[in-house]
Amino acid sequence: MKQHILPAIKLTVVCIVVFMVIYPLVIWVAAKAVPAKGEGEKVVVNGKVVGYALEGQRFTSDKYFNGRPSAVNYNAAGSGGSNKGPSNPDYLKEVSNRIDSFLVHNPTVKKEEIPSELVTASGSGLDPDISLKAALVQVNRIAAIRNRAPEKIQALIQSQKTRSLNGIDKVNVLQLNVALDAMK
Amino acid sequence: MNSEILGISIIFLATVLLAFPLGKYMGKVYEGDKTLWDKLFNPFDKQLYRLSGIDPSRPMNWKQHLTALLTINLVWFLVSMFVLMNMGWLPLNPDANPGMSADLAFNTTVSFVSNTNLQHYSGETGVSYLGQLVLMLFQFISAGAGMAIAAVVMNAMKERTTEKLGNFYFYFVRSCTRILLPLSLVLALIFLFNGMPMTFKGKDQFISLQGDTVQVSRGPAAAMVAIKQLGTNGGGFFGANSAHPFENPNYFTNIVENIAIILIPIAFVFALGYVLKRRRFAWMVFAVMTIGFLLLLIPSVHDEMKGNIAIAKLGIAQPLGSMEGKEVRFGSAASAFWGITTTCTSNGSVNAMHDSFTPLTGMFAMLGMMINSFYGGVGVGFLNFYVFIIIAVFISGLMVGRTPELLGKKIEAKEMKIAAIIALLHPFLILAGTALSSYIYSRNPAVYTAWLNNPGHHGFSEMLYEYTSSSANNGSGFEGLGDGTPYWNITCGVVMLLARFLPIIGPVAIAGILAGKKYVPESAGTLKTDTGTFGIMVFAVIFIIAALSFFPALSLGPIAEYFGMK
Repeated sequence: MKQHILPAIKLTVVCIVVFMVIYPLVIWVAAKAVPAKGEGEKVVVNGKVVGYALEGQRFTSDKYFNGRPSAVNYNAAGSGGSNKGPSNPDYLKEVSNRIDSFLVHNPTVKKEEIPSELVTASGSGLDPDISLKAALVQVNRIAAIRNRAPEKIQALIQSQKTRSLNGIDKVNVLQLNVALDAMK
Repeated sequence: MNSEILGISIIFLATVLLAFPLGKYMGKVYEGDKTLWDKLFNPFDKQLYRLSGIDPSRPMNWKQHLTALLTINLVWFLVSMFVLMNMGWLPLNPDANPGMSADLAFNTTVSFVSNTNLQHYSGETGVSYLGQLVLMLFQFISAGAGMAIAAVVMNAMKERTTEKLGNFYFYFVRSCTRILLPLSLVLALIFLFNGMPMTFKGKDQFISLQGDTVQVSRGPAAAMVAIKQLGTNGGGFFGANSAHPFENPNYFTNIVENIAIILIPIAFVFALGYVLKRRRFAWMVFAVMTIGFLLLLIPSVHDEMKGNIAIAKLGIAQPLGSMEGKEVRFGSAASAFWGITTTCTSNGSVNAMHDSFTPLTGMFAMLGMMINSFYGGVGVGFLNFYVFIIIAVFISGLMVGRTPELLGKKIEAKEMKIAAIIALLHPFLILAGTALSSYIYSRNPAVYTAWLNNPGHHGFSEMLYEYTSSSANNGSGFEGLGDGTPYWNITCGVVMLLARFLPIIGPVAIAGILAGKKYVPESAGTLKTDTGTFGIMVFAVIFIIAALSFFPALSLGPIAEYFGMK
């Protein structure tokens, strides 16, 4: 063991320099060439930062499209899921309450039309997206409260829709709401 | 629906296609054969050896290899303990996060030195940027150490009689600089251009559209995420790991990260074929691993896409499958695929919360870790498989009345004893830990109520999963478990430590002893180890050891939960 101690210490120091200093520095310098400079892409409205494009934020108001429930209440200085098991009775009660609440706020929607992601918490607690279905199911509420034709809101959703490489149609809730506010 | 399945099929096929040339390249790296990149790496490595005072051409026997490995790991342990406990006042701490308590630092240190990356802290609040960088360092070197040891075993399996099995530092440095570093650079650049942060600035603050004041954690994530996936480490920068939008921004990065999870483990099989010059043998290993992997994968993808039965009973639609703990941009199929790849390979990063998987998917994730050799971790996955091969050779040799030989070396009682002990250690650590914790909990559920986030069978699964993950050096969790206590930190730490080093020492000892034995050329009486029949035998050994040891525990957890929900 004696003959291995000194090389072990020296090699560790060398590894610190290569993998802990040089490697991250190279990536950090490369980040300067990226549009967001490696600081996360911001969403700016009227010169004010209103959020980060990749991170979801809390939308509970009826006049905005609501995102998914979050186990960390969209605290972007922390993250996490509910870690509730699929058979947990308290959890199922909670989901059931969310369904009831959704139906109260969206009286024109039938229960079987609610996609499950609107009443289940995401993995990160910061999911920025909802599926196309989950946006469309909120159209009547928003149209009524904003006094717009539902067709216009639907057209807005379609214009914001993106398709993941795996074929899931989704919308970024923050971008959609920014566009909603900007609607003439 | 079908496009989701197409998505994961592409991930898997792309990985195999990439693993093939990479495996050949890795074989050349370990053999010291010429590669295209020598002009770049030779002078670089030379400087590393010179600065460290190492002669990479000095051969070592198996005992010297192990001493070198254990010595350098001890140094790493001390470095990590120091930084994690003192990072509160050390530099690069813009968010003013405190240092760790001794028990948490012990757990985290063992976790990262052992390539486990079990995290009983949350990245945003639990470590400074310096702490993150140190942990990232271990993601390189712990992976490099595992790969180096696997290279030693591959070297020992060659057709010759020798004590000299190459130089540990040679294998280690090459694993880090010629395999892990260049791949990490490529990956990190891809991540940067997809929006992953790489900054040393602290938290940002803004007012949301709805008027809430929101703080946003950032940090040098892109560099860490690359090596976290490549080195089967899995320790995330943020608490939610690769479910976090900053750590896995879109489906494309999800593909890249998921390929990185299984790339080197699969490439190792092809490297083995190159080093031993036995392609058929490598294909036999690959086939057994892949069949096992698919058996775990297919029902998991099916169950997640079908959705949670209990949610269906509430009367809502589940067009995307079971979505609790999952992200919309990945969907159910890609989350289940990730869940199985990350547990089969001892990676342990997650893009969905495993605690919220439907019961059988949770079980298959556990089975992946219990078997721990369907691809397995970088380097060490092959060592686990090697143990199963030894047992299979011995048993089938006895069955057909032939001398048990592996690649021209006779397997005798001593090697068999070591193999049996190592094969049984893993179930022992998992089941003993779970049994102890269940006993403590059941004696006084009121006191330990904070341990479990879910009642009943699922609560038991949370404890079983934690020890399985620790012993498999995986690092994922049923994260509902309240594991940030001295009890969990210390017991899991001890399990990780034993489960890292004993399963390295055992196979190296076996391979070292075999290498020193007389080489017997193949004859008509030799048991062929590169055939489908032998592959079935290996599979049977794995199945019997895993199924018999773990079936009772799994029945109490996920299986009981599954039938309870019917």
